[in-house]
This record gives sequence, C-alpha cells and structure tokens, in this order.
Amino acid sequence: MMNTGTIPISTQTEPAWVLPSRGTVGMVCLIVAEAAIFIIFFVSYIFYLGKSLTGPTPAQVLELPIFGTVCLLSSSITVHWAVSALRKNNVRNCALGLASTVLLGALFMVSTAQEWYHLIYDEGLTIRTNLFGTTYYALVGLHASHVIIGLVMLSIALVATLSGRMKELHTERLEVLSLYWHFVDAIWVVVFLIVYVIGR
Amino acid sequence: MANATPVMEAIDETLAGKRPVFEVVYEWATTVDHKKIGLMYIFLALIFLIVAGIEAILMRIQLAVPNNHFISPQVFNQLFTMHGTTMVFFMGMPILFGFGNYLVPLMIGARDMAFPRLNAFSFWISAFGGLLLYFSYFGASGLYGAGSAPDVGWFAYAPLTAKVFSPGHSTDYWTLSLLLSGIGTIGTALNIVTTTICMRCRGMTMMRLPLLVWLFLITSCMVFIAIGPLTAAQIMLTLDRYIGAHFFDTQAGGSAVLWMHYFWIFGHPEVYILVLPAFAFVNEIVPVFSRKAIFGYPAMVAATVAIGFISLSVWAHHMFTVGLGAAGNTFFVFATMVISVPTGIKIFNWLATIWGGKIHFATPMIFCVGFLFQFLIAGLTGIMLSAAPFDWQLSASYFVVAHFHYVLVGAIVFALFAAFYYWYPKVTGRMMSETLGKWHFWLFLIGFHLTFDFMHVPGLLGMPRRIYTYEAGRGWEMWNLIVGIGAIFQVVGTVCFIFNLIRSCFRGEIAGHDPWDAWTLEWATPSPPPSYNFAIEPTVHSRRPLWDLKHPEDPDSDYE
Repeated sequence: MMNTGTIPISTQTEPAWVLPSRGTVGMVCLIVAEAAIFIIFFVSYIFYLGKSLTGPTPAQVLELPIFGTVCLLSSSITVHWAVSALRKNNVRNCALGLASTVLLGALFMVSTAQEWYHLIYDEGLTIRTNLFGTTYYALVGLHASHVIIGLVMLSIALVATLSGRMKELHTERLEVLSLYWHFVDAIWVVVFLIVYVIGR
Repeated sequence: MANATPVMEAIDETLAGKRPVFEVVYEWATTVDHKKIGLMYIFLALIFLIVAGIEAILMRIQLAVPNNHFISPQVFNQLFTMHGTTMVFFMGMPILFGFGNYLVPLMIGARDMAFPRLNAFSFWISAFGGLLLYFSYFGASGLYGAGSAPDVGWFAYAPLTAKVFSPGHSTDYWTLSLLLSGIGTIGTALNIVTTTICMRCRGMTMMRLPLLVWLFLITSCMVFIAIGPLTAAQIMLTLDRYIGAHFFDTQAGGSAVLWMHYFWIFGHPEVYILVLPAFAFVNEIVPVFSRKAIFGYPAMVAATVAIGFISLSVWAHHMFTVGLGAAGNTFFVFATMVISVPTGIKIFNWLATIWGGKIHFATPMIFCVGFLFQFLIAGLTGIMLSAAPFDWQLSASYFVVAHFHYVLVGAIVFALFAAFYYWYPKVTGRMMSETLGKWHFWLFLIGFHLTFDFMHVPGLLGMPRRIYTYEAGRGWEMWNLIVGIGAIFQVVGTVCFIFNLIRSCFRGEIAGHDPWDAWTLEWATPSPPPSYNFAIEPTVHSRRPLWDLKHPEDPDSDYE
C-alpha cells in the first residue's frame, strides 16, 4: 500500500491546461435556473389567457410599451460598450457605458411604474381582480425585480469605476455581470411577445 | 500526520477544556471549507433522518392494528406531510449534496469548490429552511396555539392549500421553507457544476472524471431545471395565500391541475436527483471491491445523460388518474417506460463489473449488493405502475407507497449506508466497525423487506394511502402488523449504525490513507484531508490515477 501524501507532478511536457472561467460558467448555470423559473410563469400566463371570469381583458387595458422596450434593449448595447472599453483599459468610456446602462434601465423601470399606476388607478386592475391581473403582475413583476437587482449591481460597478477601483483586470467580472443583463433583456423580449403581442 | 478527525479534535479539545465551545462553534459556523460544509450537511441530514424516522414510526404504530386511536386524524395528516417533506428536502438532498461537497473537489484534484462562500451560504439557507419547517410546530398557530404543522401532504395539492381549506400559517411555513431550501439547492448545484468544469486538475479531462463526479454533474444540471419550477410554483402559492392572487384558486377560474403539473415537473426529476448520487456511490464502491475497473465507462456516462433528459419528460405519470386524455397518457406511459433502458444499461454494467471480479464482501460492498437487488425490484414495480390501466387500479394505494419506498429506501438509503462505510475512514481517519456494520446490514435488510415487500399486499387489496385508520375484517390487519414489525427492525438497524458512527469516531481502527486499496484521487490525501486537500496540485494520466501510482509497471495510462 502506498502511503504517499500527494501525487508527484509529472515531468512530461503536456499541452497547456486551459479551463473555462468560473464566473462565466457559474452565471450560465444561474441563467439556466432562472430561465426555468421564468418558463413556469410564461406557461401560467399563456395557460390562463382568456380564462378570466371577469374583466378587464388584456386587449382593453394593455398598451404596447414601446418606449420602455427601446430603452431596455438599447441598454444591452451600452453595457457591451462598457465591457469592451474596460478590456482596452479605457476606464472613462467604461464609466460612460455603465452610466448610460443604468440610466436606460431606470427609464425602463419608470415606464413600468407608470404603466402599473395607470392599470391600478385608472383601469382598476390589481393582482386580485382576475386571472389576467394575477398572471400579468406576477410575470412582469418577476422580470422587473430582476431588472432592479441588475440595476443595483450595475450601480455598484459604476461607483467602483468612478472611484477608480475598476481596472482592466476586472474585465471578466464585468463581463459576467453583462451576461446577466443580456439575459434580463432577452427575457423582456419574450415577455413583450407573450404579454403585449400574442396576449392582446 | 494526525489521524484524529477535525470533529474529534474539536470534541476532545472542548472536553479537555482546551478550547472554549464558543470558539469551536464559531469556527464551524463561519467555515468555507468544502469538507466541513459537507460534514455539516450530512450532520443536519442525519438529525432530520431521526426526526422523520420517528414520524414514520408513529404512523406505523397508528396503522398496526385496526380502529386505532393512538393519534388523531389531524396529527396523522401532519405526520405524513412532515415525514415526506423532511425526508425528501431535508434528509435526501442535503445528505447527497453533503457527500458531493465533500468528494467532488477531492476527486477532481481541486483545493476547494469554485465559490466557497456561496457554498456556505447555500448550506445555511437550506438549514434555515429545515428549521423553519419545524418551527411551524411552535409558530404557525403553534405553541401559542398548540402544534400546527403543515398537513396538506408533501405535494400540497391545490385547492387544499387555499386559504379557505388551510387557514392559519402552517402551509405558509411549508411554502417558505421549501422556497429557501430550493435556493440553497440551486446554489450548491451551481457550485458543483462550476467546480467540475473549471477546477479540474491537470490531465483530468471530462472522460477521465470519476463516475461519481459525472453523476453529480448531471444531477446538478437537473437541479437547475427541476428546482426552478418548484420555486416558481412556491412563489405563486405564496402570492395566492398572501395577496389574493388566483393561480390555483378554482373559484376564480384558476386550475388545480396546473399545480399538479408544476409540482411533478419538479417532483419526478427530483426522484432522479436523489437516485443518481446513489448510483454514483455504487459506481465507485462496486469496482473497488470487485478489484476491476468499471465496465463500460462511456456507456455509464451516456446512460446518465439519457436518464437526465428522459426524466424531464415523464412527470405526468403521477397524473394518469387526472384525465389527461388518451394522447397524454400514452405519451407519458412510453416516456416512463423508455427510462428503464438507460437504467437497465447501468444495472448490466454493475453486474459486468462484478462478474469475474475478486469480490471482497466488506460492509460497503454488501450494502451495494442489497442495492442492486432492491433497485431492480423497485424498477420492476415502477414499470408496472407506468402502465396507465394498472395505475388507474392502484393509484393512491399502498402499492404506490411500497414502490417509491423501494426506490428511496431500498436503493438510495442502502447506497448511502454503503457510502458511509466506504468514505468514513477518509473523513475521520478511522474505520467503522465491520461487526456492527454486518449487524446493521442484516437487521436493516430484514426490516426493509418485512416492511416494504408486504406493503404491496394491502395496496393490491385496496388499502388507500393516507388513511389514518381502518376497520377490521378487510384483510389488511395482518399485513399492516407485519409492516409495523419490519419498521421496528429498521429502527434497531439504524440505531446500530448511529452507534457505530459515534463509537468508531473514538475507538475505530486507524485507517491510513487508503484502507480499501482504491484508485481515485481522494485516497491520495491523508485521512482526514488537510484543509487545502493537496499539498501539490496533482496531475493525472488515466481514470485510475492511484492505480498508475501503485503499479508503475502496468499503468492504466498505457491503455487509454
């Protein structure tokens, strides 16, 4: 029986041992798990379309949120700019990219807030009203909560960039964060299609 | 090199008054070492095993004789709810992820998990979920209202969970505790996937991974797809109960069947999430005690991946009696039966590994042999139930209960016991007693078969599950009595096991680094492994790195 404490290092020359980055793999895993959660909410929304026993119906009250959608989708481009700028060690442009991302995301949240305010106070649609209200607020709210989490993290990154703590060597971390943000945007495309295009 | 365990050292030093208790507790509570977190998972799971075991015994006492009034119907409902929930979420998953946490980094030659702090967070939030579930005994409308645990079944079918039918907060405790432990489970699974992909030592290609690591990888991938729906469904149920949403509210047009779909989209893959790690243990133990390399490594990997995929498309076989229509039933009958193909491949490969081997019947190996037989029978009754007409006859009878306990106890728990006996020397540096191990095996085996073989019979005779008592003269009395006696045997076996665990920690024979003459990387470290695992990060050239090291004249790497 061998009682060696360790395995000796091989003296042979071996090809370089490159493994994927932990951050990216971890984020991809998180995105898969989150996607599973979202799918269940999508399925509920579709399943309950037209099954409400009382009004209002989506066609009566929903309007296409064009402004918010444009803001959110373009923020994917700005966050990509921020990452590429940081990779080239251009901290100023990175800060600019992050700031515009946070701004665009915040504008999206404002448009959602206005939409909800309109639905609740003008149309009388709450989560209790009917199945449409239940599924609508749950799905859009779940997405909005992800936007808020993303905004908080992006703001932290922005503060770090402005205070000079974000350096070129942190590119990978910012890239992982941008992956999350792209995911949130991609989910919005599906929400837009299901809730506002098909659902109406 | 110290042969004492970290646990033992801690106990010794505390007893000797060397270190204050607070310091030891603080060290364990704040640790990010994957081995300590793994041990804490296992410890937590054993506590819940005892609690849920006591619940099972109370139910068997109640059912042992007809017209029994040992406990009230309400308490009985709470018992089977808590027993199921605890065993699946706070015993099964934590104990398996505990082993995963402990073994995966060691086996791939890594120094820790990919995200150590996330690992600690996942453990503590799961533990908190378990405590929250049991806090319902005090908090729901509890001690300040006396004992109201969840009583809606571990599947919590709508509309039983609606505010009208389940007033008070017991169901909320159930929902929130599963939500929390679900987050913990996803965190751990994420960590295991990332560790396996990104932390492998030099030369550890995917096709050289120990099968255990492969199986934990697939299990963790399934967790993402299975626990997500559960979490989503729990969020919906919470919205229903707290702010008046109507997801599962049939009065407002909501659907109770939708809850069943969501629950079983989680619930069926969950069975495989529990059973794949059990396969993983058998994959490591059977070859070592047969002194042969595992037969058909690539086929084992492929079968595991296939099980992972197919298991996601079989959930509605829990719902044949709902009225899915002929097309739906047919699809799920076939999907369910197809899964027996990769599972059969695995059984054949284990048998082929044993075939012609120099078999050494140490305790881990006899538990694996028990596993092989019982898993086969469990699979056969599973195929019976997957035929929709048969299921219509026996759905919600004790036949179903017997079937899934055959999988959960006969396969998973037996594999788990094997894993305990096999890796105990690595964790503590001491061997578990073989004599007590054999006693444990035989008592538990007899108890298991008395309980769950005979439980099929009242099921066939029409005894429904979840009833709290029954009248005499239906032909169920004798069978229920036998089942109850079997349960006592299992308890005695488990007591042997727990006694063995504790006693061997102090009195066990010193094990050395590699008591089983095994060949995976964890046996290359001292027992117990130091906090950094490997002094020098290892390099591997084959699937059996230690074999290469011990047999330089005939290494595996020449053949791969």
